[in-house]
Amino acid sequence: MTELVSRPSLAVELAGMHLRNPVMPASGTFGYGQEFTPYLDLEGIGALVTKGVSLHPKAGNPTPRIAETSAGMLNAIGLQNVGIEAFVRDKVPFLERINTPVVVNFFGNTLDEYEQVAARLSDVSVVRAVELNISCPNVKQGGIVFGTDPVAAAQVVERVRRQLKIPLIVKLTPNVTDIRVMARAVEEAGADVISCINTLTGMAVDLKRKRLHLANGTGGLSGPAIKPVALRLVYQVVRSVSIPVIGIGGIMTAEDALEFLLVGARAVQVGTANLVRPGIMAEIVAGIETYCQHQGIADINDWIGSLNEE
Amino acid sequence: MNDLQTSVLYNREIAPGYYRLGLLAPGYPEQAVPGQFVMVQIQSQNDPLLRRPFGIFNVGTLPPLCSGLPERDYVELVYKVVGRGTRLMSALQEGDAVRLLGPLGQGFDCNTTAGPPLLVGGGIGVVPLFMLACNLVKQTQPVRLLMGGRRCDDVLAVTEFERLGVETYVATDDGSLGEQGLVTQVLERKLKKYPTARVYACGPMPMLKAVHDICVRHEVALQVSLEALMACGIGACLGCVVPGRRHRSDQPDYRCTCKQGPVFDARDLSWEVDHD
Ligand SMILES: Cc1cc2nc3c(=O)[nH]c(=O)nc-3n(C[C@H](O)[C@H](O)[C@H](O)COP(=O)(O)OP(=O)(O)OC[C@H]3O[C@@H](n4cnc5c(N)ncnc54)[C@H](O)[C@@H]3O)c2cc1C
Ligand SMILES: Cc1cc2nc3c(=O)[nH]c(=O)nc-3n(C[C@H](O)[C@H](O)[C@H](O)COP(=O)(O)O)c2cc1C
Ligand code: FES
Repeated sequence: MTELVSRPSLAVELAGMHLRNPVMPASGTFGYGQEFTPYLDLEGIGALVTKGVSLHPKAGNPTPRIAETSAGMLNAIGLQNVGIEAFVRDKVPFLERINTPVVVNFFGNTLDEYEQVAARLSDVSVVRAVELNISCPNVKQGGIVFGTDPVAAAQVVERVRRQLKIPLIVKLTPNVTDIRVMARAVEEAGADVISCINTLTGMAVDLKRKRLHLANGTGGLSGPAIKPVALRLVYQVVRSVSIPVIGIGGIMTAEDALEFLLVGARAVQVGTANLVRPGIMAEIVAGIETYCQHQGIADINDWIGSLNEE
Repeated sequence: MNDLQTSVLYNREIAPGYYRLGLLAPGYPEQAVPGQFVMVQIQSQNDPLLRRPFGIFNVGTLPPLCSGLPERDYVELVYKVVGRGTRLMSALQEGDAVRLLGPLGQGFDCNTTAGPPLLVGGGIGVVPLFMLACNLVKQTQPVRLLMGGRRCDDVLAVTEFERLGVETYVATDDGSLGEQGLVTQVLERKLKKYPTARVYACGPMPMLKAVHDICVRHEVALQVSLEALMACGIGACLGCVVPGRRHRSDQPDYRCTCKQGPVFDARDLSWEVDHD
């Protein structure tokens, strides 16, 4: 018989950050948080992860930028963002008023760019941690994606780490042969936390016009369609590093989140689901709490990584 | 702005392939302005995943079902079946559950002090013009609607505009209703007659482009309501952008259709880009 727990503890710790619960948005699906205030209490989620920011403003790709797919979507937004200075000037004042840890996702096209953004973010007091998006091409080195090459990935992590006084989350791309190699490389280079997965590269064809649907040709697949792949990759990463892992990919419900936690993720990020249901993270948090109550789980940390594997 | 779990009041086929959907929508009559839209989630499964955007046709309040109960606010949508989502919608029945996010976006500027309003609609683009007309007829007379469509079946709700006291002019490609030809020909004539008119337009992109060119030539103000592919409808994904006035391929200037639009002052947009 399981005992009912009236107030289970959902708090988790990530590289010294205390989160009230393990649920946070995935970068690029939550704007800078403000867009969601009519639908969601920003102080009810574990952390707030902002849209990827770069050294200079970035205009993004031409349209069409999105395509719906079976239980998922492709996006080729092209990392459109206002740039680091406008972010600090226009977005940070709002973030300062919210009592929830702020994680800023960022990216660059060269090692120098990554370094400069990290240095700038490290000085902004509201930023509690940064999330490094390494799914970007290195324009100085023939466009090879940092996150698909263990040497390039380690190099960018090391350089960024040196600029930071706050925790560094490194976000891995699933578009690699063996994600464990990447995970170990970034852990060794100084990552404090790993988050995974970013989107899976895909394509959609417009039969009527005999063209690729997205102006960019390819796009990133996200949503429920990718959840099984994400679970497998999170499972593998958890077992190949000793730093905490944030699970991402297709989470729509509390059960989905609980699955990621069970295979060992310390926290989860909710992406595409925010676009469909802007209040969904509150429902996921409430659902996790109810589950813990009914299953007699007094502390979510007892659930994390408790997968039965004989 | 709200994400409501609500239900269907009615869902009627009003012309072949066109439906009129009434949804309970508490608060909409006070909140919604003409030109705004909603995001509809037809069902709670993951496929189709994304909500569908629809312009607000009208809002209102129904009397209580029986005495003692509250009045019932509603929103009306008019949609054309074009794909999987709208096909699923066409099967909705009274009492079915639907999630409704809205009212969203920037609507029309209804200030009528400038000149006589000319509304230009193409096909399903007539939708946001109805609530606009309801608003305008209270301030000024006459309000004129120029309506275009491929065939008579594509010309919707004209009698309802007439009931409001709107002067309507119809053009169809095949001449099956009104005059034969394009609605832009009618606009050209009307602007000669009413050179101080202000134009409000909604319809397919090639029509809007033609309307824009005509309005530039006649030096009259134009507000357009655009459609774009949308995932979120609230400014979070940046999937719905359109090129703005200063847009160049090496110096992009993108506007968010769901947040800064769907209604734009035509002067704020770029009309050079190839729209197909
Ligand atoms: C602000 C706004 C207001 C709109 N108002 C109306 C309205 O009042 N009545 C009406 O009938 N239609 C309206 N539309 C278009 C309507 O959203 C699409 O017809 C509908 O999404 C098609 O869905 P589907 O699943 O049937 O088609 P599919 O082609 O199967 O849809 C596939 C995907 O493409 C998107 N899509 C397809 N066509 C369009 C389109 N024209 N515009 C935007 N997204 C599209 C869908 O949302 C979906 O994500 C409006 C669109 C916008 C952006
Ligand atoms: C519209 C959109 C924009 C995104 N932008 C970013 C981004 O700027 N930086 C980033 O690291 N990931 C970005 N992502 C990836 C998500 O953060 C997430 O890793 C991915 O979508 C998988 O999670 P999901 O299935 O829950 O959406 C974006 C995803 C979407 C759908
Ligand atoms: S639809 Fe997502 S930003 Fe406009």
